[in-house]
Amino acid sequence: MRVLVVWCPDWSVVAALEEAALPALTPAAVLRAGVVQVCNAAAREEGVRRGQRRRDAQFRCPDLALLPDNPERDARSFEPVLEAVEELSPGVAALRPGLVAVRAPDRYYGSETNAAAVVAETLVRAGVWDCRLGVADDLFTAEQAARTAAVQDCAVVDPGGAPGFLAGLPVEVLEADGPQGRGCVDLLRRLGLRTLGDLAALPADAVQHRFGRYGTDVRRRARGETPAYVTPRTPPPDLDAEVAFEPPLDSVETICLSARRTAEQLVAALAERQLVVTGVRIEAESDGTLCSARTWLHPRFFSARDVLDRVRWQLPGAVHAPVERVRFVPEVVEPAADHAEGLWGGTGEEMVARGVARVQAMIGFDAVTRPVLQGGRGPADRQQAVPWGERPTGLRPVDRPWPGQVPGPAPACVFADPPASEVCDAEGRVVAVTERGAVTGEPSRFRLDGTWQPVAAWAGPWPVDESWWTGGTGRGQGRCSRFQLVGVDGRAWLLRCGPSGWSLEAGYD
Amino acid sequence: MFEDRRVSTPLVLEQLRERVAVMEGGPARLPVPVVASLAGAVSLRTGGSYAVDADSLALSLVAGASSAGEWVGFVGWPDFGAEAAAAAGVDLARTVLVREAGEQWLEVVAALVDVLRVVVLRPPARVDAKSAGVLDARLRKRSSVLVVAGAWPRCEARLSLEDVCWTGPDRGRGRLRERRASVVVRRGTTPAVRIDLGGRAVTEREPLRALG
Repeated sequence: MRVLVVWCPDWSVVAALEEAALPALTPAAVLRAGVVQVCNAAAREEGVRRGQRRRDAQFRCPDLALLPDNPERDARSFEPVLEAVEELSPGVAALRPGLVAVRAPDRYYGSETNAAAVVAETLVRAGVWDCRLGVADDLFTAEQAARTAAVQDCAVVDPGGAPGFLAGLPVEVLEADGPQGRGCVDLLRRLGLRTLGDLAALPADAVQHRFGRYGTDVRRRARGETPAYVTPRTPPPDLDAEVAFEPPLDSVETICLSARRTAEQLVAALAERQLVVTGVRIEAESDGTLCSARTWLHPRFFSARDVLDRVRWQLPGAVHAPVERVRFVPEVVEPAADHAEGLWGGTGEEMVARGVARVQAMIGFDAVTRPVLQGGRGPADRQQAVPWGERPTGLRPVDRPWPGQVPGPAPACVFADPPASEVCDAEGRVVAVTERGAVTGEPSRFRLDGTWQPVAAWAGPWPVDESWWTGGTGRGQGRCSRFQLVGVDGRAWLLRCGPSGWSLEAGYD
Repeated sequence: MFEDRRVSTPLVLEQLRERVAVMEGGPARLPVPVVASLAGAVSLRTGGSYAVDADSLALSLVAGASSAGEWVGFVGWPDFGAEAAAAAGVDLARTVLVREAGEQWLEVVAALVDVLRVVVLRPPARVDAKSAGVLDARLRKRSSVLVVAGAWPRCEARLSLEDVCWTGPDRGRGRLRERRASVVVRRGTTPAVRIDLGGRAVTEREPLRALG
């Protein structure tokens, strides 16, 4: 099987220049961590090289355009090239952005040179003028052939001619393999091996012994012995659905009625691939122009009826002329398994995570929390609300004794903002706790929401002296005592007597 | 699995049938488990809203569902007592807590109803019948239960905690030990059902440590 490789040199720079809307011939370099990753021919002419530091590159070429490194952008902008090649011959294998392999379509176009010419022409028409093609028996040879080719030209290595072609190439071609290749090239040069032919002529066991697995692999490649593993990609399915109206319709109800089948087909086509759509873009055309387009998101996933509901909501405000075409573009597609309902009850964790993320988008990231327990003495200290999606950090361990904590059942209501209170004895004096932990009087009434309530029973104090070294008097700082008070209505409260007076910490109900 | 949950085979079949019915057609009113102490008086069904008047009652109402593996959420609940919730049987790992929902509390509840089985709400403002109706429809569609602490236009049942009496403290000695209370369930015009939560209804955190 013959392989055709299309090589677009310095693709990262091409893509970055296109994104930055700069002319294609500007000297430019893509940098990562202050080091030149890729530069184009114009920059190379000025002396810019891969691996140079930013400062050195700018010194060589002051008007060098410095562009950020972004592999996703490279892959994204290479997609049209893939599609253009795929149009001509199916089974495209994208090796990396800028390099694509395809089974050489020789018979259909007459010869390999003709086929390559057609591919080059298509690419130039798609706007990629710097493309070089190579045809050979295997992938490595085809790639090397493409690298030797001129712009928009094709280099063909005849069947069986790979070893001869590769033998003349300098070992520096291995530098494209990354750090491993660069290390290997350095070693080969020091050993006096200048060409791939020199390496291929060495005995296999010696190479294996000296260069390890990578060296053996390179030797096999240099001898043209690697089979051409072109793993073709499966083209992504085209899931867009559209419906045309003839004559154009102006009533939303009629449009929805006519679009129902299309919406059902869309949902069914997705379901066949075990997918559901959670974000769909609805476009409407009238008079040959797009008159309304909007993306709708669904809290779970769209059924056909949901899609039509969105049409019904979108069109009345936006369309003023009869609509001749409605298109549904599924924008966010997710595996149906994520949205499946468990047979045994319980909602999937994925779904909960999505729903909560939606709430977070509504009211703020840290407004949605997950309660966790931790150690501490007061009831408010013993719990913590961790923002949803974050890992709790700095929690106090629960399994310590925490002397001074209030025993008994935990209060159901722990005031986030403890209201001030007051506790008086029978003579009306405010009850306090001495330094030695003695209560100055017997609590007989306490203030609750501005009204006084008699105390039916009380327990305490549980004195603690926390963080006395900070000198603060706030919550959880300094000397304080806690009391459990039961009012005459039978409900119980936890009160705290601190340096700044009494406060209501928690309620048992 | 079945032995662990002590569920008999016909009951399992019945539950499965209900789940299948839900997947096939309209939402059914599925039962949601409640804790044993309340089981005689109230049964939660999806799509319903229930009003309570005490925090501990809300906690024990969701505890059944939470310990059965469902996700629960609390909205507008700044005074959440996590320890009491854990003691009541709420699994904190499957709990979503929105302390302050702000102006958009109704939207927040609606979004949580989509994904959680039980949502507990303390409405920060009065809610009109129309908004409540919209939320009720959402509850039925998503098979969720709403527990409201406060006023709510239409409720399946109203639970109130009455005759609360804490015992244990004695003039400075002792500590809170026991709560006696009764839960009154009012359901439409039917006579109220009263059950006593006597004795050890409140789970102890740990026995009293000997303090020197």
